[in-house]
Amino acid sequence: MLARLDLEPGDEEFYAEQLSGILGHIDRLQQVDTDDIPPTAQVVEIVNQLRDDEPRPGLTQAQVLANAPAAQDGFFRVPSIQEEA
Amino acid sequence: MDTTHMTLAELQRLLHARELSAKDLLSEHMMRIDNVDGEVKAFLRTTPQLASQQAAEADRALKAGNAGQLAGIPLAVKDVLCVEGVETTAGSQILRGFKPPYTGTAVRRLFEAGAVMVGVTNCDEFAMGSSTENSGYFPTHNPWDLTRVPGGSSGGSASAVAAGEAVVSVGTDTGGSIRQPAALCGVVGMKPTYGRVSRYGLIAFASSLDQIGPLARSVEDAAILLEAMAGHDPLDATSSDRPNDVRRDFEAGVKGMRLGLPREYYEVDGIEPGVKAAIDKALEALRRAGAEIVDVTLPHTDYGLAAYYIIAPAECSSNLARFDGVRYGMSDQDAANVTDAYMQTRRKGFGTEVRRRVMLGTYALSSGYYDAYYLKAQKVRTLIKRDFDTAFEKCDAIVSATSPTVAFPIGSKTQDPLAMYLCDVLTLGGNLAGLPGISVPCGLSEGLPVGLQVLAPQWREDVALRVARAYEVASEMKVAVAPL
Repeated sequence: MLARLDLEPGDEEFYAEQLSGILGHIDRLQQVDTDDIPPTAQVVEIVNQLRDDEPRPGLTQAQVLANAPAAQDGFFRVPSIQEEA
Repeated sequence: MDTTHMTLAELQRLLHARELSAKDLLSEHMMRIDNVDGEVKAFLRTTPQLASQQAAEADRALKAGNAGQLAGIPLAVKDVLCVEGVETTAGSQILRGFKPPYTGTAVRRLFEAGAVMVGVTNCDEFAMGSSTENSGYFPTHNPWDLTRVPGGSSGGSASAVAAGEAVVSVGTDTGGSIRQPAALCGVVGMKPTYGRVSRYGLIAFASSLDQIGPLARSVEDAAILLEAMAGHDPLDATSSDRPNDVRRDFEAGVKGMRLGLPREYYEVDGIEPGVKAAIDKALEALRRAGAEIVDVTLPHTDYGLAAYYIIAPAECSSNLARFDGVRYGMSDQDAANVTDAYMQTRRKGFGTEVRRRVMLGTYALSSGYYDAYYLKAQKVRTLIKRDFDTAFEKCDAIVSATSPTVAFPIGSKTQDPLAMYLCDVLTLGGNLAGLPGISVPCGLSEGLPVGLQVLAPQWREDVALRVARAYEVASEMKVAVAPL
């Protein structure tokens, strides 16, 4: 549900079996002593590249909507968010 | 003169000397694609209109004497790199029909240098796989043996170059996705240092690991293509402003260099005897050329795959959240409500491997498991990086096989995800540590290509290329276009 994947009947068992195999392999990480080891999120020295907050040209509304499966009045259109009361 | 078997450097000379026109070169490649791609299936789609425009422009510039260095060179682009107006789908049904509104930086630079794009190459869906069998469209075949995989995920880019359908191609490498297919298809493939090439316009898989790089028929060609793509880009905050010096000392040779041979890679589980024999021969050639081979150790190698299969899926589960059928691609508009629309779109649009990794990544990041999985994997990543730092104190570059095996039969690993993941056991360390790595063909085993991998310290593409070039010279290796 969290990943919004909509499993079909039978999928649960299929993935459960494969994922337990993979997680079984991954469990070996617990053998490694990582006390006092900092985590690495990215590996190169570049940090916080900032730029001036100035307006720059971007895509037009028409370009942005060109790939939309459904659009209306300049918006992306989606099915209803709430059920009708 | 068969131009479909020549190198970029050779063609560059002919084009600039006006002994060959970009138009003729293009039509020979389009003819080659017509002749062989029905069997190889390297391309998801060709781009003849764009190609003729670019070839005409290249001929004009060549005539005027102001042509870029890639003017007229036929180029294939992996289906994860956005090209304005050209359908780009990341090998996935969920992006069917998507036409990007802009061209990513790396490809734009190649276009500006005059390259001629012949088509979009097949890949594993969202670049997740090692065989190109996870493509949402069809599998690609290895030009050396059509019953076998080309490797992956950049399998289409590797086989297009190996089959003479493009002179060079662009791929991406998150755990080995350029180097491993290059090895399996007998071409040169390079993953640069993380940050060397801008990722702007790349459909993201695992953002802290992804890099764009070249596939080619010689080390020099790979270097030329890399140099043309590399360099700082304000549109990618992780791109570096270091000097673009990748071709420095290219021909300097390996005399006096120390090349580290990690025991854990040399004796990796499942390495085929034929692969080992080809590597031994390559090491001998490097020794003859004046290099000293020294033993080094990468003690956390056994944990690399496990750390990778937490970090990459975690990043992908977050990156792929955007594919919800609202802004682009496939969409289920008949759903009762928006949540059902997301769910149904993602069920129809994503293939098995992508779903598997999204589940794994979502699980690893979920509260209660975050520390045990994601944080732990990031700490192990630190240890893996330190292993390389320590090894590079003793050597200038690290050498190993690129893949423990040669190309395997189509279908032989699709039921066993873990066996497929092990294809990348020798390459993914380079991604976790952000290192540049190149795979260069080093002979055949059972009639199929074997790749020699050279890994160098961060930002030392020049060292990896120099060693690979020295090997090419010492072994008189010349990439053979696959016998088709």
